[in-house]
Amino acid sequence: MSSNYSNYEDRDSGFGFEREYDRSMPRGPRRMQRRKICRFCIEKVDLIDFKDVKLLQSYIPERGKILPRRISGVCAAHQRMLAEAIKRARNIALLPYAAD
Amino acid sequence: MAEKRTYEIVFIINPEVGDDEVMRLNEGVQKIITSQGGTITKTEMMGRRQLAYEINHKKDGTYILLEVEGSGAEIAELERRMRVNDQILRYMTIRVDEARRRADKLKDRRARKAAKAPGSKNKQSAAEADVEEGYAA
Repeated sequence: MSSNYSNYEDRDSGFGFEREYDRSMPRGPRRMQRRKICRFCIEKVDLIDFKDVKLLQSYIPERGKILPRRISGVCAAHQRMLAEAIKRARNIALLPYAAD
Repeated sequence: MAEKRTYEIVFIINPEVGDDEVMRLNEGVQKIITSQGGTITKTEMMGRRQLAYEINHKKDGTYILLEVEGSGAEIAELERRMRVNDQILRYMTIRVDEARRRADKLKDRRARKAAKAPGSKNKQSAAEADVEEGYAA
């Protein structure tokens, strides 16, 4: 199970979430990393609609899992809304429960 | 129960049925709602879409979205009917009024904050915000 999470780090470059990720950087106890900011807060989103498949898709990696907020940088309140919307979209077959 | 609730209903129709059959099903659904005392505020044919996963060995389906206002009794009746209808692959009803109210409140609060913020020229709305907050406290 734990191996699943480390996989995200290899993939995130494809999602457009900025991360400073220099592999040659000295590996300290904590990697230097730009503070990620919640895109929904910036856009002042109050409601995340489950029908907005395009938006939701940017928060599910290939496997179909919900992208954790430690990677996407979404704030807690918006992550809750996002998770709810993704689960609703899954129920109505707009998004997969599990891909492949 | 007296209050009005708003629901969003999405349902998926078997892709093998014809267009007129889809219309007929849609009308049937709407009739159930109105006969139970609900009102339909929005109908949206989302058209034929590919399903993210197979349902009853079907790979796509016709999506229909309805927005309904009512007490909840019509939803119960509708879901009961949909469950036995073979042409409806999947349905989902979501209550949206509470979430929308919450969103409006957030928007409101943000607007007040903006009005209150230093550098704001709109003094009157800032004063109004003060009064409103006084009530809340």
